[in-house]
Amino acid sequence: MASITIRDVKKSYGKSPVVHGVDLDIVSGEFVVILGPSGCGKSTLLRMIAGLEEISGGEIAIDGTVVNRLEPRERGCAMVFQNYALYPHMSVAQNIGYSLKVAGVPKAERTQRIQAVARILELEPMLDRKPAALSGGQRQRVAMGRAMIREPKVFLFDEPLSNLDAKLRVQMRSEIRKLHRRLNATSVFVTHDQVEAMTLADRLVVMNGGRVEQVGTPGEIYKRPASRFVATFVGAPAMNILEGIVELDGLSLLGGSRRLPIPRVGLPVGAKVAMGIRPEAVRLVAPGSQGALNATVDLVEELGAGRVIYVDLDGAAFSVVTSETVHPAPGATVGLKISPDDMHFFSSETGARLDVFKASVPVPAH
Amino acid sequence: MEKRVTFSKWTVGILFAVPQLLLIFTFFYWPAGQAVYWSLTLQQPWGGGNIWVGLDNFRSILSSADYWNSITVSLVFAAISTGIVMFVALVLAALTDRQLTGSRFYRVVLIWPYGIAAPALALAFRFILAPEAGFMAVVNQAWPGFWDPGLDGVDAMASIIAAFSWKYIGYNFIFFLAAFQAIPRSLIEASAMDGAGVIRRFWDIQFPLITPTIFFLLVINITESFQDSFGIVDIMTSGGPANATNLMVYKIYSDGFKGLDYSGAAAQSIILMLLIIVLTIFQFRFIERRVHYR
Repeated sequence: MASITIRDVKKSYGKSPVVHGVDLDIVSGEFVVILGPSGCGKSTLLRMIAGLEEISGGEIAIDGTVVNRLEPRERGCAMVFQNYALYPHMSVAQNIGYSLKVAGVPKAERTQRIQAVARILELEPMLDRKPAALSGGQRQRVAMGRAMIREPKVFLFDEPLSNLDAKLRVQMRSEIRKLHRRLNATSVFVTHDQVEAMTLADRLVVMNGGRVEQVGTPGEIYKRPASRFVATFVGAPAMNILEGIVELDGLSLLGGSRRLPIPRVGLPVGAKVAMGIRPEAVRLVAPGSQGALNATVDLVEELGAGRVIYVDLDGAAFSVVTSETVHPAPGATVGLKISPDDMHFFSSETGARLDVFKASVPVPAH
Repeated sequence: MEKRVTFSKWTVGILFAVPQLLLIFTFFYWPAGQAVYWSLTLQQPWGGGNIWVGLDNFRSILSSADYWNSITVSLVFAAISTGIVMFVALVLAALTDRQLTGSRFYRVVLIWPYGIAAPALALAFRFILAPEAGFMAVVNQAWPGFWDPGLDGVDAMASIIAAFSWKYIGYNFIFFLAAFQAIPRSLIEASAMDGAGVIRRFWDIQFPLITPTIFFLLVINITESFQDSFGIVDIMTSGGPANATNLMVYKIYSDGFKGLDYSGAAAQSIILMLLIIVLTIFQFRFIERRVHYR
C-alpha cells in the first residue's frame, strides 16, 4: 500500500505537449479511475507513474519517494496492459511467476505462490497451458495474476477490459472490484468507458486535452460536473445542452423565441450561458402544459426498462430518458418539463461551471 | 478459414502451373538429372561419348584424401562463418532495435553488402587483406610474418571467412531486426515491470521469440556457405595454399573445368547436394524442436 503524489507533471513528445501539468494526490489503498476520451493523455500519465515513459516536467512520488529517475522495477508498481502482454512462449504458471523468477525467489516458494494466486483467480486447471490456448477472459486473469503475485505497492491498469466482450467486461469489472477490496492496494485504472469508471472508482479523475477537468467521487462528478466537458462526457445518454442568454425573467434560448424559467440568483443578466440538463431529469408532459417546452419526436430507442426519446427542440438535438410506458410516434409533438433545480450552468466561453444559489421560488415563465 | 481457388476444369489449373513447372524443370531437375547421369559414367575430356562405370567415380572420390580434406575444410568454413555472421548480426540488430541514434542509417547501409557480387567483394578483400600493402600490413610491420594468406592456410581460411561474413551479416541483420520489431513493445514493457533488466529481457523474452528467425537463418547460412563461397575462394585464394581453402564447391570447379574430370566433378556435386540435404534434415529434426513458433 502506498500513496501517490503527482505534482505539476508534464509530458511532451518533441515539441508537442500531451500532458500539461497534472496535480493529483492518491491516498493509500484508494481505487482511482482516470477517465477521458482517447488522446487525452490518461495512458501517458499512467505510464509515467509506471516508469515506462519519461517525465518531461514535474514530480511523481510514491510513498514520499520521488521516482522520476527510478527504473520501473524499482518503483514497486505492477501493471495490467490493454492487450495483456502475456509472454507467448511461457505457460500460464511461468507467466505469473516470471517476476519472482527474476527476483531470484526459490522454486518451492515460487510454485506455492503461483498456486495461491491461481486459486484466487480460478486459473488452477490451466497453469500448464500457453496463452494462445486461453480465452480472452482467462488471459485477462493471467495478466491480473502476474500483477498480483508481486504484492505490489501500486496496481496500474491500462484499459484492461476494452478487449473483452460486453458480458465478460461486466464480470471482470466486479472481479477487479472484489480483488481490490481483498488486497486493498492502491490502484490507478485508466479507461475511456464511463460506466466502467463510475462503477469501479472510489475517486474519479476526468481528463481532457492533457489536463485534469475534475477530481471527485463518481456521485459528485455526476451531480456537480465542473465543466461542460465533464457534464457531457459522464452520463449516458449525454447531458443535453441548450445555449441561451440570461434575462431578468428567465433564459431565452438561442435559435428560437422560447423562454425557460431558471433559478434567479447568481447568473449575470445578459450573459451567454450553456444550460445543461440530464436526460433522466426531463419529464414528458402533454404538449402545451404550463411551463413545458414543445418539441418534435425524432426517434425512440427501446431499452427494455425504459426508453430514450430523441426530440428536436428548435433545431437542437435533445434526449429524454423515461421509464413511463409512453410511445410517441416520430413526428409527434411532446411537452418537456425541466425543473430549475436540475439545471447546470456553464460559461459559454470557458465551459466552466457557473454556480447558482438554488432559488426556492423560480420565476414563472411567460 | 481456408483460402483455396478452385477451377472448373483441371486443365486450367495445370496451365497456370506450367510456367513455374517449366522453370523448375529446366533449371533444377534437368541439370540435376544430368549430373546424376554423368556421375555414373566416364565422360571423355574431348568428347566422344560416355562409358557407363556405375559407382566407380564415387569410389575413387571417397578414397581420395584430398576430397576428405575438402569436406573438412568446407565444414570448418560453414561452422565458423555461420557462427560469426549470426552472432554479429544478432548483436547489431538487438542494438538497433533499442532505437539507438543512427539506427535508421545502419539499417540501410547494412543491407548493401548483400547486393555486391561475391567476386567483386572478394577482390576488394584481397586488397584489404594483402599482407604487403593492405590493412594487415600494419600488423605485419609490428610482428613480421604474422599474416600471410598466401603461405599460411589458417590465414587464408580467415580471409575467406572474413569476406563471406561481411557479405552475409547485412542479410542476417535485416531478418533479425524484422524479428525483433515484430515483438510487441508491451511484452518488453511487461518484463520491465516484472523487474527484468536489459540483458535478462533479451534472454527471457526476445531471444525465445525470435527463434523461428534464428532457425531460418541457420539453415540458409549453412546452405549458402557451401554454395555462395565459390566466387570468394576463386578470387582470393584459388583453393590454396596447399588446399587449405579448397572448399567442396571450388574443388568441383577446379577438378571439372581445370582438371577436365567432368564425371568426377559431377559425382562431387551429387555428394555436395546430399551433404546439404542431410544437414538440412538434421537441422529440421533436431534443432527445430527448440523453436517457439507463435
